Amino acid sequence: MSALPRAGEDRPKVPRFGHGSRVPGWDEAVDLTKPPATIPDPALTEVPDDLREEIEAAMARYPDRRSAAIPALHAAQQRHGWCSPQAIAQAASVMRLTPAYLTSVATFYDMFAMAPKPKHDVYVCTNISCSLLGADELHETFLELAHDNPDLNVCSFECLGACDIGPMASINGEYVGPLTADDAKQIVEDLHAGRPVLEHKQLRFRRCADPNANRADAESGNPPTA
Amino acid sequence: MTQLLIFDNIDEPGLNTLAVYERRGGYQSLRKALTFPPEAVLQEISDSGLRGRGGAGFRMGQKAGFLPKGDMPKYLTCNADESEPGTFKDREIMQKTPHMLIEGIVIACYGAAINEAFIYIRGEYQLQGDILEAAIQEAYAAGYVGTDILGSGHDLNLVLHRGAGAYICGEETALLDSLEGKRGNPRLKPPFPAIQGLYQGPTLINNVETLATVPHIIAMGGKRYAEIGTETSTGTKLVSVSGDVQRPGNYEVVLGTPSREIIYGLAGGPQPGREIKLWFPGGSSSPVLTGSDADLDLPYDFDTMAKAGTMLGSGAIIVVDDTHTVLEVMRKVAKFYAHESCGKCVPCREGTNWTVKMIDRIESGEATPMDLDLLASVQTEIIGNCLCVLGDAMAMPIGSMVEKFRSDLEAEVEAARERAGAGPMAEAIPVGVTDPVF
Repeated sequence: MSALPRAGEDRPKVPRFGHGSRVPGWDEAVDLTKPPATIPDPALTEVPDDLREEIEAAMARYPDRRSAAIPALHAAQQRHGWCSPQAIAQAASVMRLTPAYLTSVATFYDMFAMAPKPKHDVYVCTNISCSLLGADELHETFLELAHDNPDLNVCSFECLGACDIGPMASINGEYVGPLTADDAKQIVEDLHAGRPVLEHKQLRFRRCADPNANRADAESGNPPTA
Repeated sequence: MTQLLIFDNIDEPGLNTLAVYERRGGYQSLRKALTFPPEAVLQEISDSGLRGRGGAGFRMGQKAGFLPKGDMPKYLTCNADESEPGTFKDREIMQKTPHMLIEGIVIACYGAAINEAFIYIRGEYQLQGDILEAAIQEAYAAGYVGTDILGSGHDLNLVLHRGAGAYICGEETALLDSLEGKRGNPRLKPPFPAIQGLYQGPTLINNVETLATVPHIIAMGGKRYAEIGTETSTGTKLVSVSGDVQRPGNYEVVLGTPSREIIYGLAGGPQPGREIKLWFPGGSSSPVLTGSDADLDLPYDFDTMAKAGTMLGSGAIIVVDDTHTVLEVMRKVAKFYAHESCGKCVPCREGTNWTVKMIDRIESGEATPMDLDLLASVQTEIIGNCLCVLGDAMAMPIGSMVEKFRSDLEAEVEAARERAGAGPMAEAIPVGVTDPVF
């Protein structure tokens, strides 16, 4: 497989289907004489059993099965790495929806990738609170690091809801901050070593900032750990 | 004054598990509520005067009262799509005390005779989603959720739904569309969700913090809860303080606490030697306040903020100190809303995009102070002209910044012209005027 495009570079044209073109002429103008796109034939669409089970379980949770569109896309993206046409076709086949419908949903949301993406997601929050504290420089640092590490999917992201640890980033879903340029390098090393990223700055271990929130803290006179 | 309801010993190890939550008296409010008739539960909530903590500040009791009576399927949706820049209070609740939220949901559903509830959590909150998911399973296993809850005969099905990254899905009707598996576009109101919401059924939508407050109201009684805070803004509020402060974080304050006490007292104020230039009292969607004593001394409650021309919003204070320019802040705010506009309504889609372009024009040194007037006029054209308030949410802070920091912005226009080597202002052609056509 050829190297994935690096952050900031133009992405090459994506083949519509991995095995060639199942729908010849997909990039040509619409042929109005053709019948409309239909729900993929379950007999012809191969869906991994675990994916089918996950989507069917999601559909069962809602009064209307269509509500499972986002969970289904999450599940499909997790298995395929991105919302590839096969991924969409598989989800559509299980949900009994057209691929066009699921594509329209997937393109609306930031977390669904419509092109192949590198393995590790690095979402850098560049919204107001974080940018006041230097998030734009942090984003630049990550972009530079991504040049030598093609497996980093560096994106600037809107507010991730962790302004208390700004400037911060979400590394494969793990919130870390406040980050410096050195931390960024450490994160890349941790990712390559397969370690938990920057454990001492993970949000999950952070205590509430309110000095009154923890009676034990107040009694012992310890300020909340930052 | 310190009074903690939600944050009381929030970092106790294991509070996210049922065992610790129960040991601390968890689900006692639910047991108490189930001994009341449902109407009495809603009455307690009405008596408490609890106002929505998500942004609009609408009274929860009143909202629940709009739900039609009858046997049709009704829904409760908990809005956990916390995406307002500067807001991170719901995250702390869901991560550390998820059962408080679940208990609140079950009580509200019992009161409003709802059998189907959804928590719409933003997709980025993976850790919080996992914790909440585990807590829901525990609650099901313990019989707090499910069929015939604690022998009361009330059934509730609670589902966690993860979003996928869209600010607009925090808007209640867009959230409903997204939950129905569609693109998150807001709907035309009326009908309001209380009449026709999720799957066309009556739907009660409340923020995480609002619902997490419900168990406390039941425990202490609505009337006693109403004694906390001010007359029209009752209770305590989680405030997320971020930006240029020394101790950013979530703080639980009694509504009506002076803003200065929150920004300086709790959050430590700006770094030594710096002054506050401006601050957002309720997330990036609220009109800004200045660092003046008059603004800093405002009591932090719904009505005072509304009277001061701004809003309490989601309770997110973003502090900007004097090392940043107003233009820089404006650009960040405008770019965010331009990116997040769903594109359904023209004033918002075009207004947010053109605002960014106008700010870029100022930065590139091509603008004159007349562009500021144009910028302000675009904002007034957005407000009130769209299905939802996303456009307004940009127009209000940008408009307020142009109004309150006019001289700063004019100086920045001049400075940008100088940097770009543009000619003196007098020679600049006013925007939109090329040749007089008359």
